[in-house]
Amino acid sequence: MLSFIIRRVLQTIPIILGVAFIVLILFTKVGEDPVRVKLGNHATAESVQELRAKWDLDKPLPIQYLLFLKQIVTFDYGESFNSGEKLSDMFASGISASLKLTVPPFLFGILINLSIAVLIAFYRGSWIDRYSTVLFVAGMSVSYMVYIMFFQYFLAYKLGWFPINGYEPGWAAIPYLALPWIITMVVTAGPQIRLFRTVFLDETKADYVRTAFAKGCSPARVMFVHIMKNALIPILTYTVIEIPNLILGAFLVERFFSIPGTGDILISAVNNGDFPIIKGLTVLIAISFTFFNMITDILYAYVDPRIQLDA
Amino acid sequence: MQTTQDVNLIKEGESPGKRAFKRLKRKKFTMLCMGVILLYMLITLLGYMQLLPDFQERVGSANEAPSFEWAKILGTDLFGRSVFFKILIGAQTAMTIGFLTTAISLPVGILLGSLSGFYGGKVDAAVMWLYTVLSSIPSILLLVGISYALGKGMISICVAMGAVGWVGLCRLIRGEVMKHKNLEYVMASRLLGASDMRLIFHHILPNVFHLAIISASLTILSAIKFEVILTFLGVGIQNGASWGTMVADAAGELVNGIWWPLFGVTVAMFLILYSLNIVGDSLRDALDPKFVD
Repeated sequence: MLSFIIRRVLQTIPIILGVAFIVLILFTKVGEDPVRVKLGNHATAESVQELRAKWDLDKPLPIQYLLFLKQIVTFDYGESFNSGEKLSDMFASGISASLKLTVPPFLFGILINLSIAVLIAFYRGSWIDRYSTVLFVAGMSVSYMVYIMFFQYFLAYKLGWFPINGYEPGWAAIPYLALPWIITMVVTAGPQIRLFRTVFLDETKADYVRTAFAKGCSPARVMFVHIMKNALIPILTYTVIEIPNLILGAFLVERFFSIPGTGDILISAVNNGDFPIIKGLTVLIAISFTFFNMITDILYAYVDPRIQLDA
Repeated sequence: MQTTQDVNLIKEGESPGKRAFKRLKRKKFTMLCMGVILLYMLITLLGYMQLLPDFQERVGSANEAPSFEWAKILGTDLFGRSVFFKILIGAQTAMTIGFLTTAISLPVGILLGSLSGFYGGKVDAAVMWLYTVLSSIPSILLLVGISYALGKGMISICVAMGAVGWVGLCRLIRGEVMKHKNLEYVMASRLLGASDMRLIFHHILPNVFHLAIISASLTILSAIKFEVILTFLGVGIQNGASWGTMVADAAGELVNGIWWPLFGVTVAMFLILYSLNIVGDSLRDALDPKFVD
């Protein structure tokens, strides 16, 4: 087990190197020149040169790459091109806002969707199954943007049940976050329930289900005890993989409700050509993604003894 | 693998494709959804033949509510232009983006997936590295990044979505090819002296191609959805009519009680996305070789 974990940790290194390389190329070589974005088209040659040197953009690419790797290892991403603010502080406040936005609907959503999915799987083939499938597919066919606009317009603007947008730190954020929570749960319900339902239905074909029935277990006991336990393995995988997306926040919801999360920071950075923010956040998210991927693999190997560790 | 029982159920001389189509034809609702997709394709075709009505033309005063008149069936926009005509051109844009993205991501996914599954070793390690790196970067960020880097516009968002979209298909094809390369039929034709390329493209690929068809319907679907989001974030379609610009504009219009542009776009999008979802699901069932009716 230990050698498996060590090997799995080592595997993440080339991935991080690759992510750093792609991000560097994408935003320094191919994209617009951040110096031009900042100074405009009428800047003097000296001031352009000066800023270029200050931001290390005049150095050759391999050196820039090494500097970037150093930033990644030390978790010190420098300062914003625009505001000069320290990025580690910016990221910390952004991540805390994003987590407040995404974690509650994620946890509640999984609990609710799991319960609905297991009920649908229990009554598979009945009218409940058929109509709910139709309903979820219909729900998935409406754009995310439309959900946000519809809920914001009716519940916040027309009925005034929620503030239209805004954010406050601490517990005062809850009234502002309530509507975004609801929207996130509504949007994720369809795809998640469908996924969980498939997982449950796949399990019903397994041998142990037949054995349980042969022993004389009731259908309800087989579904809610035997199948539930086994289905939790793929569902756990899915859940852990989703965690980095919680750190990233929800771009659209943050934009519409003016919540200063990471998604919002990132989009403003892209619009302003604020390269250090884009670079830093992307790598941060990619690292957390790789990390949680690794955790999933290790958990999977731990939970399911059939996984071969030396593969 | 087929048991003798399955073989009996398959009529002689009937190709898997024909069988799948027969299964699809039995589902009335799926055929209706296919009809909707064909209708959107027809609109796209008419658009390229310049046969759609010009959406730039003024048909009435600004922000007229819907009325029973062909051009004003969904009302007019700020400049007195027909919302309905704009949605038609938007459909053309959306379908073009869907198909162009698929045309980029599908060949890449198939090629890299089958090569890495077939050869294994270093080739496999390289392809796996590439797709793990790409899937470690959040896709929305990669999309924003690539379309920002390539400049704004339709082609660049298609390239961006194509460059991101092949990953899932590649993983699927790779897994299937790995299974198939050790089966008897591949072994047999290898013994007959078939080259690697012939084994991959002539023997194995037809057996895993259904994955590509299913993935195509999903790629078109997500491309249409992402165009709206990217355009709202400011890296999508800049000029011309697209559903994305209409949805983005609708945020301000809604507060003034102008609901018809958003309503129209939502219905137009819903019809095509719903149809693609249903057809994708039915294709999965119909093309599944394990599924015997």
